[in-house]
This record gives sequence, structure tokens and C-alpha cells, in this order.
Amino acid sequence: MGLFTELKDSISRATDRLFSDQDPKRIGIYGPPNAGKTTLANRIARDWTGDAIGTESHVPHETRRARRKENVEIERNGKSVTIDIVDTPGVTTKVDYEEFTGEMDEEDAIRRSREATEGVAEAMHWLREDVDGVIYVLDSAEDPITQVNTMLIGIIESRDLPVLIFANKIDLDDASVKRIEDAFPQHKTVPLSAKEGDNMDEVYDNIAQYFG
Amino acid sequence: MPKATNTDDPEGPDGVQIDLISGERMAEMATMEKIRMILDGVHDGNIVILEEGLTPDEESRLIETTMAEINPDGFNGIEIETYPKSEAGDSSLLGRIMGTNDAEAKLTVIGPANQIETLHKDETLISALVSRN
Repeated sequence: MGLFTELKDSISRATDRLFSDQDPKRIGIYGPPNAGKTTLANRIARDWTGDAIGTESHVPHETRRARRKENVEIERNGKSVTIDIVDTPGVTTKVDYEEFTGEMDEEDAIRRSREATEGVAEAMHWLREDVDGVIYVLDSAEDPITQVNTMLIGIIESRDLPVLIFANKIDLDDASVKRIEDAFPQHKTVPLSAKEGDNMDEVYDNIAQYFG
Repeated sequence: MPKATNTDDPEGPDGVQIDLISGERMAEMATMEKIRMILDGVHDGNIVILEEGLTPDEESRLIETTMAEINPDGFNGIEIETYPKSEAGDSSLLGRIMGTNDAEAKLTVIGPANQIETLHKDETLISALVSRN
């Protein structure tokens, strides 16, 4: 793509965001597999709409299609912010069907891995084309400095999307929020446990502030 | 332009081929040409080392294309490693607007997921174990 075309597209994206205040912003929930993205999406959706978005599971790649929950109205400090939440499949650079064979038969494992690869590609496409902001979810008990995290944060930054990092699973014994803050000091990190509902007030304050 | 290829020996090479691609060579290529060159090399079991890495947009398209090529009978994806950013926010505004990362061009190692394992990575060192499959 030529320099001029890239600049034009970039300006077009920025103006689209600036002048689309009347439409709910689409906030993509991104992160590696098993970080708790769907648990978080369900927590937010249940708290503000009463409905869930998707099925939660300890098996990686349970979410294999991006799913959108529209018009989630979050009220903070007397104001309301309306967003669309897009729960995306966990991003990875590799998928081996054998990692599922302990949980299901080979045929189902192969089908799951094929759907998982399609889901990752779909998530990347949404990130390039269709989200206005990103909630990046990390498991606080895992090392955040992985290639996938570094690449995805770089891709989000290159598109000038507002991003919040959610340090999830703070209820686990090995959780370290500081490790995540140190890995990505350029971004706001919010600790939480989506599963237990810990620190959700701060979560909603920040969503309203960053994406409102 | 000459293409890096593996040996024609039907028994396969007695080792692992490593292709070191200069920034100069990459600069002449379109995004999909770069991705095709990387994935063709990885499909052949090679380790591809890029002197100056990929832009964030190219990385995004590499992941997407890799996913489309994974199949249960053989190829299960790539392992990719780059040095993490050494400083927060060190990319230029123009670079970010344009989706380029000239300020962050960093050596990148890419290989078949079932043959390369990262042992250690920090801001100045990538240590990887490469096995012949």
C-alpha cells in the first residue's frame, strides 16, 4: 500500500472515530487463550444487561467466533456510557489439535482446532477493521512477556486504539499485577477477578473514562 | 531474485536450514511477498531470521495467514520471537500513524512451532532450541 493511501486510511479511521459519538463504540476484548476474556465479557454483560455472551471453559479455544453484545449501557457517577462488547477468540500463532485430545475424541479435536484457527484469523480481522477500543485481558498468574502479547499490544498501538490492560485472576495465589504493570508501563493496568467479581467498580470506572 | 531453497535430497537435509534475510532485501518486498517467503521457508522446516522484523500490520497479517494454513496432518503454526520493546512509547507518532515501526525494527526469529522452542527471552537475548523434525 502506498504512503499516501496509508495516510488517507489512517486519517479516515481517526475521523470516523471522532465523529461517530452517536454510535456505541465497539470495544474488543483481546488477549491470549485462557486469560478469562469470556468470563469478563459475561460479567460485564450480566451486570448491565442481565444476559451472558458466551460459554466459559478451562479448555483453550472455547471461544472460536467473535461475539458481539450490543448496547451495553454502563452507568458511572450519574452519567451513562453505551458500548458494544466484542468477545474475541484467544490469539495464538500455533494450534495443535493434539492439545485437545485429552478432553475429546480425535475427530472433535480436529474440528475444534480448525474452528480455533478460523477464530484467531477472525479476531485479527476485527482488530484491523472493526473495533474502536481494546480491553486487553491477561492472566495475572502467567508471565505477560510473550511474543503474542508483545505483538498484539504493538498492533493495537500502531492503530492508535485506546487500550486498557486488565490483570485478571487476581484471586489466584501466583497472581502478580506488578509483573503486568512492569511489562506494559505505557498503558493503564486494572487488577480484577472476573470470576469472583473482585474490583469491578474500578473496572467500570475505567471503561467509562477510556471509552465513554 | 534468488530463492532460498532446501536441498533436493529425497532423504531430506542432514540438519536445519537457517535463512537470514537482510533488511535491504525485505524493504523491496510487498507485505504478502514477505509473508509468503516466511511461511514457505517455515513449511520447508527452515528457521527464518529477519534482520529488521515486520511492522505491526505485517505481523497481524502473518498471524492471519498462518492460521489459514494450519492443518492437522502436518503444519501446526509458527513460533516467532522478537526482542521486547526496551522503552515504553519509543515509536514515533508518524510511525504509529503510518503503521510502520522503523524506530523499533528488531531482529525476529520465525520457525515451525513443532521444531523451535524458546528457552529464554529478554530485551537483549533470545535463546532458542531448534530440533530437526
